[in-house]
Amino acid sequence: MCKSLQVKIADVTFKNPVMNASGTFQPRECADYVDINQLGAVVVKGISSEPWTGNATPRVAETYGGMLNSVGLQNPGVDVFLQEELPYLEQFDTKIIVNIAGRTIEEYCEVAEKLQGTSVEMLELNISCPNVKEGGVAFGTDAKMVEKITGQVKRHTDKPLIVKLSPNVTHITEMAKAAVSGGADALSLINTLLGMRIDVHHRQPILATKMGGLSGPAVKPIAVRMVYQVANAVDVPIIGMGGIQTGEDAIEFILAGADAIAVGTAGLTNPTAMTEVLQGIESYMDQYNIQDINELRGLVK
Amino acid sequence: MSQNDKKKRMTAKILDNRQIATNIYEMVLHNDEITRATMPGQFINLYCRNESKLLPRPISVCETDHNEGTMKLVYAVVGAGTKEFIELQSGETIDILGPLGNGYDVNQPVKEHIIIGGGLGIPPLLELTKRLRGKKKIVLGFRDKLFLVNEFKRYADELYISTTDGSVGEQGNVIDLLNRNDITGDMFYSCGSKRMLKAVHQWSIHHQIEGQISLEERMGCSFGACVGCVAKIKRQGKQWEYKKVCTEGPIFFNKEVVFDV
Ligand SMILES: Cc1cc2nc3c(=O)[nH]c(=O)nc-3n(C[C@H](O)[C@H](O)[C@H](O)COP(=O)(O)OP(=O)(O)OC[C@H]3O[C@@H](n4cnc5c(N)ncnc54)[C@H](O)[C@@H]3O)c2cc1C
Ligand SMILES: Cc1cc2nc3c(=O)[nH]c(=O)nc-3n(C[C@H](O)[C@H](O)[C@H](O)COP(=O)(O)O)c2cc1C
Ligand code: FES
Repeated sequence: MCKSLQVKIADVTFKNPVMNASGTFQPRECADYVDINQLGAVVVKGISSEPWTGNATPRVAETYGGMLNSVGLQNPGVDVFLQEELPYLEQFDTKIIVNIAGRTIEEYCEVAEKLQGTSVEMLELNISCPNVKEGGVAFGTDAKMVEKITGQVKRHTDKPLIVKLSPNVTHITEMAKAAVSGGADALSLINTLLGMRIDVHHRQPILATKMGGLSGPAVKPIAVRMVYQVANAVDVPIIGMGGIQTGEDAIEFILAGADAIAVGTAGLTNPTAMTEVLQGIESYMDQYNIQDINELRGLVK
Repeated sequence: MSQNDKKKRMTAKILDNRQIATNIYEMVLHNDEITRATMPGQFINLYCRNESKLLPRPISVCETDHNEGTMKLVYAVVGAGTKEFIELQSGETIDILGPLGNGYDVNQPVKEHIIIGGGLGIPPLLELTKRLRGKKKIVLGFRDKLFLVNEFKRYADELYISTTDGSVGEQGNVIDLLNRNDITGDMFYSCGSKRMLKAVHQWSIHHQIEGQISLEERMGCSFGACVGCVAKIKRQGKQWEYKKVCTEGPIFFNKEVVFDV
């Protein structure tokens, strides 16, 4: 009997539920380690309307079972992406999702518009960016703003839209509901948690930006909890992420209600993590005689 | 190419791991594949066994022996990861990834080479020194205790040594050595602290000598995936742009590098 790993998110069919988390995978460099044809999807790192320089260094710091990053969405901008990166990605047998970033709603819409008519399958809205018009507060921490930006971007694209939720909020389900009422076709969560580390010998923060986003196995219980809450609050497909290192970690998210999962930090410390997670999911299915991965979705009530 | 042909984290057997100077250790690893692929100036990731310490520890390769399939690393004890490494015994294994980075460009038409190393920047220059053809002037600055000097001596046409306290060789640093001995040449190669590299940069501009320098940054992956490890590199038409030290470096031409004040 052949088991099925296929999943469907907003009418797009993925051959398996494993993809990378945005910003942790550079296709050209990672292709030395990962057979990209095996992945359910490739998620491109945050792309903005103009090139972004990114933050000063140090941009990464180690924490217990995790890491902080403050890359600051360094990216070449949507035009260079379309000219140089998209053609490279098109050679692989996988789906392409583009994570989009902006400092104003107009900037997000501009990126979405430029991706119209391309081979990009879906857009993922990164609403953790600071909103320069509203004093630098992240779009993703205010439910009204989440609904508004989702609705506006939807108007500039005919591709399915995933809204990526920030965990730096009191009630994740409010943000999830706001995104859905704005028209989100799917949700992904979690983005990084705001954190900070101080070098006690030099008595200064390790990161140049002082604070940065926490990711890795340390955040996994928070991510599983949030996926569970969101899955029980809204009715759209969910891509779960946050600290996934193994197939069993991935299964935990699927049991909590995720349709697909993404691997981020684990792929930085172990470049072949993504294919190992995929193998791990398959062996879990074999172990419990699961024929279709969708049987497991949201089993834990 | 299927997943089976892809690069991955590997284990290496530890053949030796011992102290060679104050706080400085030498580790010899056996791994045929990685050793044979390593070029001078490249580095490898060492991974901690303790899984709470996720990030790689990038360490430059000091010397490779292709026949034996062994490589030598020299490292300082800095924090929790390197403290874990000094406890490792011969016969044990360690997880590594590599070779990483670009390595030195040794195909430039050069007659006289100047090799400038300071402290822990000295070991990564050894394999390069062995492979360069032409006249080699070697300039090494130590804090107090010397290491690897006999190895460098074998390949040196001229060897200059300083210690900060003056206990061995000349008193001072590499800049003092360069200036006092009027050292010149066609190309220099340098590895050391940011402060030292900046001073060497100023010396090289004054003497109009082209060079290749090895940069260091904190790394989240060391293979180009996270964009954590950037340095400011000059580009035509633009003032500078951030380039990844792990894949586009760690070796850059001196004239490209922007040194912040
Ligand atoms: C390309 C490259 C080559 C290097 N070659 C050598 C070498 O040959 N010999 C040697 O002794 N050291 C070398 N270093 C520095 C070495 O990587 C750090 O000293 C080491 O990672 C410290 O680890 P730790 O766990 O002891 O310190 P911790 O402070 O506990 O480390 C915490 C995190 O910060 C990182 N980190 C801390 N200090 C540095 C640093 N100076 N540079 C980069 N990352 C740092 C660690 O990798 C780790 O991810 C090199 C660094 C780079 C980037
Ligand atoms: C270095 C780094 C860069 C990231 N860049 C982005 C990004 O560009 N856009 C985005 O939406 N999330 C970004 N993230 C967040 C991840 O996609 C993911 O949501 C988070 O890291 C949790 O998953 P993990 O624990 O598996 O890494 C980044 C994370 C890291 C570690
Ligand atoms: S360390 Fe991750 S890109 Fe260089």
